[in-house]
Amino acid sequence: MRRVAIVGAGMTKFYRNAQETSKELAYEATKMALDSCEMKLSDIDCVTIGSAPDAFDGVHMKGEYLSDGSGAFRKPVMRHFVGGGTGVLSPAHGWFMVASGMFDTCLVVAEEKMSCAYPHPAGAFITIFDHTTEQALYPTLIYIFAIEMNRFMTTHGYRKEDIALVAVKNKKNALDHPCAQLPGEVTVEDVLNSEIMAYPVNRLDISPTSDGAACMILAAEHVARRVTEKPIWLDGVGWCLDTAYWCTRDLYYPDYLEVAARQAYKMAGIKEPSKEIHIAEPYDPFTYKELHHIEGLLLAPRGKSVQMLVDGHFNRDGNLPCSPSGGLLGVGNPIAAAGLMKVIELYLQLKGTAGKRQVPGNPTCGVANAWGDLMQVGTVVVLRS
Amino acid sequence: MELTEKMVANSATKLSAEEILEGKVLSVKWEPKLKYAWDNGPAIGRYLAELKNGKIIGKKCDKCHRIMIPPRMFCELCWVPTGEWVYVKDTGIVNTWIIGHVDWKAKRLDIKGGVRPITLSIIEIDGASKGMGILHHLGEVDPWKIHRGMKVKAVWKPPEERTGSITDIKYFKPIK
Repeated sequence: MRRVAIVGAGMTKFYRNAQETSKELAYEATKMALDSCEMKLSDIDCVTIGSAPDAFDGVHMKGEYLSDGSGAFRKPVMRHFVGGGTGVLSPAHGWFMVASGMFDTCLVVAEEKMSCAYPHPAGAFITIFDHTTEQALYPTLIYIFAIEMNRFMTTHGYRKEDIALVAVKNKKNALDHPCAQLPGEVTVEDVLNSEIMAYPVNRLDISPTSDGAACMILAAEHVARRVTEKPIWLDGVGWCLDTAYWCTRDLYYPDYLEVAARQAYKMAGIKEPSKEIHIAEPYDPFTYKELHHIEGLLLAPRGKSVQMLVDGHFNRDGNLPCSPSGGLLGVGNPIAAAGLMKVIELYLQLKGTAGKRQVPGNPTCGVANAWGDLMQVGTVVVLRS
Repeated sequence: MELTEKMVANSATKLSAEEILEGKVLSVKWEPKLKYAWDNGPAIGRYLAELKNGKIIGKKCDKCHRIMIPPRMFCELCWVPTGEWVYVKDTGIVNTWIIGHVDWKAKRLDIKGGVRPITLSIIEIDGASKGMGILHHLGEVDPWKIHRGMKVKAVWKPPEERTGSITDIKYFKPIK
């Protein structure tokens, strides 16, 4: 297998409602990525497109719909979709294309436009549940994540006021992100006093619904060395899906993520993740998820992540900066694009070009993950400078 | 060139709620009317038939010996066909739960106006293997007094109202 580098990236601003169509958003991000490394579409050998449920846009075969805006016409193109985990599977999918030796360059495009679904995209999720044993009870995503958060809290004795610090941290980090939808200075009290959505989840515990697109360019080593002085290496990929009988899993711990992480770490030659990884972008659609994922990524012992959070360990200037981008809670959550946004953040941080968001200490190794479906899919990438 | 504020400045255009609601930007609306009839298969088919009888049935894996609910024709862990049918109890304990203030479409419930929050729960059913839970609602309980490990029992619809559905159980209520 060949070593694969990231050589360029681009993304749109994230909004609750963007005027642009899905295709136009994809175009903006893709064009920006090409411009960032002074490449042309004719330099690109293949394209992978990540986008979550067709039901958001109401457009079936969304990969085909997005292909023009993704620069994919008359090129080998393939779409992937693993729910919320899509955006971090995107670079993994592109990795295959280049590592295999089949292609030297790959555009990785992720796009989501959630605002199309009326009155709220939450309703579109009803069909992810078992049609006979669950749909009749009218579950929705906020409920099942609240149900998982509660199990996580009651197992470890975590308190809501401590978990709320994830929102405080990430929204604050997002103040420095040019694409951010919901940056801000909020307090723990603001989080606890925000509207209850489904206990234990309050409004400020959740990332928003968003429109946006992101893109990165992968290249084989010999191309990367020509294009950039500092390629960032995609050294590990992993992904795993747990059983769809989600009520029979103990939701307190994401086993599937640990499996995916171990796969990526093994590939990257990482033996002690908590020591060897300098920076992380754990998937944070909800406050508790960042902590749940930090534990699943083996960056904190089970049951200890909250204390590390309280101690400032995960701050931008902490021992292990987590979501220095501002995460989904601060930058926004156009599903697939949000996952790729997190990988782009690692790319910029490892290059040392994250501007006001740059973490100190010249990090050289980072990990990002995403998660989705019935709380059962884990996707992981490891990047190195 | 790097990803800077200048680069993203014109990358997408924000629409306000007013622009959309007042029709200042044009859009096309479509309401899909799709109909499906889902087959339940032999395992869930029997599960539903037994619910209509006021009973909960599971199925056992002869390899890992798990008694599984909802029943399934193959064990997803051992990857073998499951064996005998096993009746389980209609009691259990609360594994985890929520107190929902919005409905499944994310629409706010009028909690202050007296609407009861939605208390959906994973209930570990007695007689099934440890950790085997099903999704169901809790009732006849103050939502804020629900706790992990709380013992509960199914409240069934009257036999003549049952249709062979998971909703033949109205909800689970606390017991001592």
